[in-house]
Amino acid sequence: MIPGSFDYHRPSSIDAALSLLGSLGDEARVVAGGHSLIPMMKLRMAVPEHLIDLQDIEDLKGISIEGGSVSIGAMTTQTNLIASEQLAAVCPIIGTAAEQIADPQVRNKGTIGGNLANGDPGNDMPALMQALDAKYVLQNSGGTREVAARDFYEAAYFTALDEGEILTAVRFAAPASGHGYAYEKQKRKIGDYATAAAAVVLTVSNGSCQSASIALTNVGDTPLYAEAASNALVGTTLDGEAIAAAARAAKAIADPAADGRGPADFRLHVAGIMVSRAIQTAADRAN
Amino acid sequence: MDAQSNPSTAERVEKLQGLGSCRKRVEDARFTQGKGNYIDDIKLPGMLFGDFVRSSYGHARIKSIDKDAALAVPGVIAILTADDLKPFNLHYMPTLAGDVQAVLADEKVLFQGQEIAFVVAEDRYAAADAVELVEVEYEELPALVDPFKAMNEDAPLLREDIKDKMEGAHGPRKHHNHIFYWDEGDKDGTDKALAESDVVVEELISYPRVHPNPLETCGCVASMDKINGKLTLWGTFQAPHAVRTVVALITPLDEHNIRIISPDIGGGFGNKVGVYPGYICAAAASIVIGVPIKWVEDKIENLTATAFARDYHMTGKIGATKDGIITALDCHVLADHGAFDACADPTKFPAGFFSICTGSYDIPVAHCGVDGVYTNKAPGGVAYRCSFRVTEAAYMIERMIDVLARKLEMDPAELRMKNFIKKDQFPYTSALGWEYDSGDYHAAMEKALDTVDYKTLRTEQAESRGAFERGETRSLMGVGVAFFTEIVGAGPVKNCDILGLGMFDSCEIRIHPTGSATARLGTISQGQGHATTFAQILATEIGLPAENITVEEGDTDTAPYGLGTYGSRSTPVAGAAAAMAGRKIRAKAQMIAAYLLEVHDDDVEWDIDRFQVKGNPEKFKTMQEICFAAYNQAIPGLEPGLEAVSYYDPPNMTYPFGAYICVVDVDVDTGVVDIRRFYALDDCGTRINPMVIEGQVHGGLTEALAIAMGQEIAYDDMGNVKGGSLMDYFLPTAVETPEWETDHTTTPSPHHPIGAKGVGESPNVGGVPAFSNAVNDAFAHLGLTHTQMPHDHWRVWKTAQSLGITG
Amino acid sequence: MSKIDVKMTINGSAVEKSVEPRTLLIHFLREDLDMTGPHIGCDTSHCGACTVDLDGQSVKSCTVFAVQANGADVTTIEGIAAADGTMHALQEAFREHHGLQCGFCTPGMITRAYRLLQDNPNPTDQEIRYGISGNLCRCTGYQNIIKSIKAAAEQLNSVQEAAE
Repeated sequence: MIPGSFDYHRPSSIDAALSLLGSLGDEARVVAGGHSLIPMMKLRMAVPEHLIDLQDIEDLKGISIEGGSVSIGAMTTQTNLIASEQLAAVCPIIGTAAEQIADPQVRNKGTIGGNLANGDPGNDMPALMQALDAKYVLQNSGGTREVAARDFYEAAYFTALDEGEILTAVRFAAPASGHGYAYEKQKRKIGDYATAAAAVVLTVSNGSCQSASIALTNVGDTPLYAEAASNALVGTTLDGEAIAAAARAAKAIADPAADGRGPADFRLHVAGIMVSRAIQTAADRAN
Repeated sequence: MDAQSNPSTAERVEKLQGLGSCRKRVEDARFTQGKGNYIDDIKLPGMLFGDFVRSSYGHARIKSIDKDAALAVPGVIAILTADDLKPFNLHYMPTLAGDVQAVLADEKVLFQGQEIAFVVAEDRYAAADAVELVEVEYEELPALVDPFKAMNEDAPLLREDIKDKMEGAHGPRKHHNHIFYWDEGDKDGTDKALAESDVVVEELISYPRVHPNPLETCGCVASMDKINGKLTLWGTFQAPHAVRTVVALITPLDEHNIRIISPDIGGGFGNKVGVYPGYICAAAASIVIGVPIKWVEDKIENLTATAFARDYHMTGKIGATKDGIITALDCHVLADHGAFDACADPTKFPAGFFSICTGSYDIPVAHCGVDGVYTNKAPGGVAYRCSFRVTEAAYMIERMIDVLARKLEMDPAELRMKNFIKKDQFPYTSALGWEYDSGDYHAAMEKALDTVDYKTLRTEQAESRGAFERGETRSLMGVGVAFFTEIVGAGPVKNCDILGLGMFDSCEIRIHPTGSATARLGTISQGQGHATTFAQILATEIGLPAENITVEEGDTDTAPYGLGTYGSRSTPVAGAAAAMAGRKIRAKAQMIAAYLLEVHDDDVEWDIDRFQVKGNPEKFKTMQEICFAAYNQAIPGLEPGLEAVSYYDPPNMTYPFGAYICVVDVDVDTGVVDIRRFYALDDCGTRINPMVIEGQVHGGLTEALAIAMGQEIAYDDMGNVKGGSLMDYFLPTAVETPEWETDHTTTPSPHHPIGAKGVGESPNVGGVPAFSNAVNDAFAHLGLTHTQMPHDHWRVWKTAQSLGITG
Repeated sequence: MSKIDVKMTINGSAVEKSVEPRTLLIHFLREDLDMTGPHIGCDTSHCGACTVDLDGQSVKSCTVFAVQANGADVTTIEGIAAADGTMHALQEAFREHHGLQCGFCTPGMITRAYRLLQDNPNPTDQEIRYGISGNLCRCTGYQNIIKSIKAAAEQLNSVQEAAE
């Protein structure tokens, strides 16, 4: 219940934050909303000696949409994502997925940056960003670089984020107007991590699927972009057979752990069901 | 006379807010303003904070404990281990079940999370730091977590401290991991009847280990006044007087120098009945150091180290004629008690009132036997929102009735109706020796079935099963019926005692000159609203408005001795004491009134809030006037003042009952069970406050939902706890909780002064089988006889898979 | 590790204290400021008994450090009633409709409901259930809590309409 001791820093710019990270070394952690890190600190599973609080950094906030290009600042909260009408207009999957994360109080604090950078396989936003083929903007004292969401996750809690780097924003091209989308998440109760979840974004033209993008949450030690499953839908009418083929292909790459949510074979089965239902919902929404 | 000075009967009754009124609660004022007084709100000058070092292992020897680094943390005052408690013989404490439990582990640990050392520091942050720095060296031992293997020849020895004691508190022990065997009924007669029955069904019905999990964890503040030699112990105690007596028995302090105070308690549900190491360590530390010590545990500590509930593996066997008349019931139980038998049962009942397992049915012959065993798990078990082991008994019989119904291809409601104890059989003595006080089961069941239109539900179910067959739906509908009878209100002193203390209860009431009163009881509310409801009982008995009656509980310096609140005993026992004390007040008031009215005692009669002269009702004295007269008049033969005390020894338990019907829709592809509808009809006899009763039923049904559909404290093979935090332990939010429909019938208890039976735990007793029967019913047509709780997604899906329908 | 001075407004009053950075806001309120309203009911940020209103949002104060709340405007249950002591519609409704039993979840629940109604003055039952999904209750089964919140919403809306 009680975290270990640390020194606290509250920079007001990205440069100041990076400078602190650089000088304080690997015993320093950035804190965004704190609702992943602080619970771990309370259990003493994380014991940073320094916390660098990003909440005052204006450059990390805000959602901007220009010419179909979406950029979301890392300190944007889940509540902000749900409330953004402009985001809902161009990419509604984000708000609908955010609504399925945690509970109202946690969503008021939890940020997209934290949800993406943590590397916790239970977080929902990573699979979403992989489905959207988003790029993460990583800034270090030398400048910025971008890493695709699909390339960012290496293992549980191991990502492409280097020491001394901060994830400052996530960018992606808004899906084509009229796209279909869904985030299907089975959970034991509201607020729980997924037993299995699937993010689907697709486009349909004249009854034929033009593009599809499927990613899975919490059925591996990283989020999983299901490339073969996505390809299995393209060119089909999204009928039962196509959906079943996609579900099979998605399951083939999943390797869920057994935990309180169930044994591995059950979670794998649910992954397939989530994929099927998400495709169906996305297909119904597409026009 | 105008209406104002001559209020109508209805107005006078209304003003009392007595029995039957939906009186709003007096407790709410402080709770809605954040001004409750819970343990963690208590702050005393110089107070220190205690925290535990706990075992990482399920079974291990302790090779060494190094406190040096921890003692060096600024603000740390002391670190106690078993060696520090040995000189006081406090390293072990007696449990309420005749066993002993380690307060601090001595040489070995027997469950993960067991208390090893108690750190005392100036604040909880320093204490937490020190806890991290205590180094314990363990030698791991093989863990025993499967109760079915506990009595194997090669099973590891757990309890070295009692290994030479093969005679336990409840009789001979068959094995070093065996605790007791207890049985009731006619074994030979039952076996014979079963052998001769047309139909016999047998099933292993397991009730998983769960935990009562109140929102507020356990805690205490111990304050030793060395100058006056008095210990005050505030704590989350559901039985404050019993705690006082226990502390007097195990410490050098005399009982009159011990004051136990239960302040506001944030939910009990049985978790807060027993005595925990934290209380003993805090008290010991305070006695030694001479300052107040606070101990408040974390939620994880609460879930993994305080008393669990259930963990009963019940093999039920029922026989019946081919027409569905039950001939006999046999049940053997394997009871997993964890490392110490810390059950909170009356001493003569090591398996509680499990013998209520003949339930609502007229079963001519029966037998039940329970073997308790030790395992490397947290000690217990307690009665989680139920009377002792009644949830287990009700679950077993209600599942077995459904299993029998399947076998007979008979509707489960119809089978129940055929076998109910009939109204004219009450008082009814069951084959296992309980005298049920009153009931009208058929009326209750008919009302329930009518209200939910049961016939239509079954028709719909048949149609939807057809649709499933044809592939039109992947959802299976289930209808669960449960008709429970529980046994509450422990209990008659002749057979109910806790550690030798008879399970009576008490009420003392003192009326003040200006017509208000202070009453104290031996019970203690943890949310049940006693300050509101007991005042209602008294208001009706003594004719003073409930709002003029303050009800206090929980301070052993002022409250009369009682055995506390659990097992739905407050209304049956303390409520009766309140009524009896009220009647003593009224008896004296009658004499005062007669004196004032200058008539004979027998010439006045009671009317709501006054005594009036028989045949001449214009001549009356109100209770207000009588109260003042008690302090003002010199009445020959009567002492001044107006107070009374009643210690009530109930002649019997009470037997509330109910009919619950649950409709579910099971998604066989995900294992998700949607609770479509839940109807609960309760009969708790006389209803004191219908608003409070409804709230109790809502809450109890929600706890039943949680148990049936997801709660489980599980262990892996090495004795590691799984699901020991709210990350995994299932507590439903408002989203998972359905709307509850409540209803009632009223069959008063003939032996209770106001006919009330108690209701707080009925919904948990009846709710769990209703949910479980519904889930089982969804698959019954495919050949399923029984699937184990909890009915969480993966288990439901596995059931579907085993029946070949997951595609 | 060095202490830090924090300043906050708590229920309308300015507060200034020196705290360890690791001091959780719930402990700051309960220990440094001796408040008894928000409670601690778990250690994994699930139960919501510690809910406060921080800069106009419902927040679990057990998962925020006091230093993070430096400069913030905090309202707890102790600040929900009017300045003259008149009970808030929610406090009255919870009493009227039996929305509490042991009272332990109640401060967090009412504080959460307060913000829920600010954000959505006319919620449906489902919206209320979803809106309080971060607040656990073991006693009431939620049904009377939903009833209480709805009644308070009606009361607040009728007062609002009368004012307009």
